[in-house]
Amino acid sequence: MSEAIKAATLEYATRLGDDSVVLGHRISEWISYGPFLEEDIAYGNVSLDYIGRARMFYTYAAELANDGRDEDDFAYMRNDREYRNLLLMEMPKGDFAYSQVRQLFADVYYTYLLPELLKSKDETLSAIAAKAIKETKYHLRRSRDWVLRLGDGTEESHKRTQKAVDALWGYTHELFDMDETEQLLADEGIGVDVSKLHDAWLAKVTEILTEATLTVPTEEWAVRGGRTGYHTENLGHMLTEMQIVHRSHPGCKW
Amino acid sequence: MTPEEQNFMRKIEAEEKIEPKDWMPEQYRKNLIRQISQHAHSEVIGMQPEGNYITRAPSLRRKAVLISKVQDEAGHGLYLYSAAETLGISRSEMIEQLQSGKAKYSSIFNYPVLTWADVAAIGWLVDGAAIVNQVSLQRTSYGPYSRGMIRICKEESFHQRQGYEAMLSLAKGSPEQKAMAQDALNRFYWPALMMFGPHDSESAHSQKSMEWKIKRETNDDLRQKFVDQTVKQIEVLGLDHPDKAIKWNEERGHYDSSDLNWDEFWSVINGNGHCNRQRVEHHIAAHDEGEWVRDAITAYNEKKRAKKAQQAA
Repeated sequence: MSEAIKAATLEYATRLGDDSVVLGHRISEWISYGPFLEEDIAYGNVSLDYIGRARMFYTYAAELANDGRDEDDFAYMRNDREYRNLLLMEMPKGDFAYSQVRQLFADVYYTYLLPELLKSKDETLSAIAAKAIKETKYHLRRSRDWVLRLGDGTEESHKRTQKAVDALWGYTHELFDMDETEQLLADEGIGVDVSKLHDAWLAKVTEILTEATLTVPTEEWAVRGGRTGYHTENLGHMLTEMQIVHRSHPGCKW
Repeated sequence: MTPEEQNFMRKIEAEEKIEPKDWMPEQYRKNLIRQISQHAHSEVIGMQPEGNYITRAPSLRRKAVLISKVQDEAGHGLYLYSAAETLGISRSEMIEQLQSGKAKYSSIFNYPVLTWADVAAIGWLVDGAAIVNQVSLQRTSYGPYSRGMIRICKEESFHQRQGYEAMLSLAKGSPEQKAMAQDALNRFYWPALMMFGPHDSESAHSQKSMEWKIKRETNDDLRQKFVDQTVKQIEVLGLDHPDKAIKWNEERGHYDSSDLNWDEFWSVINGNGHCNRQRVEHHIAAHDEGEWVRDAITAYNEKKRAKKAQQAA
């Protein structure tokens, strides 16, 4: 592996790890706050899958960095400006509709991203994708079912779900942005060219939203910046909470 | 005794399980509903104090373990609600009783979880105490409860090991971590002992429940088992035992220990603990906030049914 590719792969694994840990954390905020007990369990499952992915991506990043850091250094010892997750993942949990719509957008994204990552020449990334594909199948079944039920449920649930779709739509555009790092890896057959996933994503999301009697936004409004560390104000608060115990005891084992 | 009562008592004597469709005395049914629903509520309310640390768990591994533990508790709540439902009460009735304060849950969860070590101490001591009780309840006379306990015990012993292991990391860690561990032990040891309930002489429901083999061992006997097993565990951790009076009694073959602060016990049971109001309010708030979601499901299913009926016609 050339130094340039190694550095890009390290950055890439970190980005994917950041997406996973941030979304996993947000989902975990639901535990004991769900509308009924079965949902607390389901949220636990999905959250565990994402924390598990984060650990795999970070462990690989640490291996590439080879500077003595481990998965927890990546998760706990970087500031919000150093985090590279997509903004969609860091949005607060909101109400149940908001979380499920975010989940739908993410699940459809991974439904198309992971099979491409599976083809990666990088064996570790491919192996992580293989495991994650199975999880995402279950996640999508669940978020799709929820969006259908909420969209086509009561007047109130419809209103809340449409509001969530509209509020989150602006954060979906950057899911398909490429930069130099990702282009390099895509050209090398290591990373995924996410710009090519947009049409499939939009078609699938449109199909589900339409069936749920919801309207697909057409606004051009788009917020970008996750991959360069230009975050919303939400991430700082989230990381403050997530990192407090770890950082209060530097160098300790848990 | 009526022939039904005779047959019921014969089964109890013979260690046969009572099943949902079998005849049973009304009081047996009531005692079981009270005990099982209280147990279910404890699992559900117990999700809060530990859930409180999910977002702050100090490593990704600990975060995953904690999420999975809290999730197991939700699962236990579900089996137990189902077991209670076989006795003719619905989950929503039980939830109503929890929210109105008519039904109790384990008073241990009315103590605040302040540090990460508290999470470890709960896994070790609270799950540890729960297992002592639940192992004994695997032999309870009511079939669905007994089977639920067998399943739950397996997961609880995993939690207990995880909790102890987390405690060990702290006790062997930095001076601050060790102090945190000691502090958690000092605060959670006594309430963990109270989990076994009042002295046998004070326990309102014990006698009948023992006779019917709903309970298999007395509160005091179970508590003694827990006291005995915990001494060695504290030694291995290298922490100070919170009970200065703890002393091996050769004659009894058990440790002697200080009596508990029963005023505190009754005060917490009666709603005056640190977190009683907070826990119930949290449950009510989450339940109320979920109402529109539950309504949406009902409405959606109704629409689907109507559509199907229309297509069939």
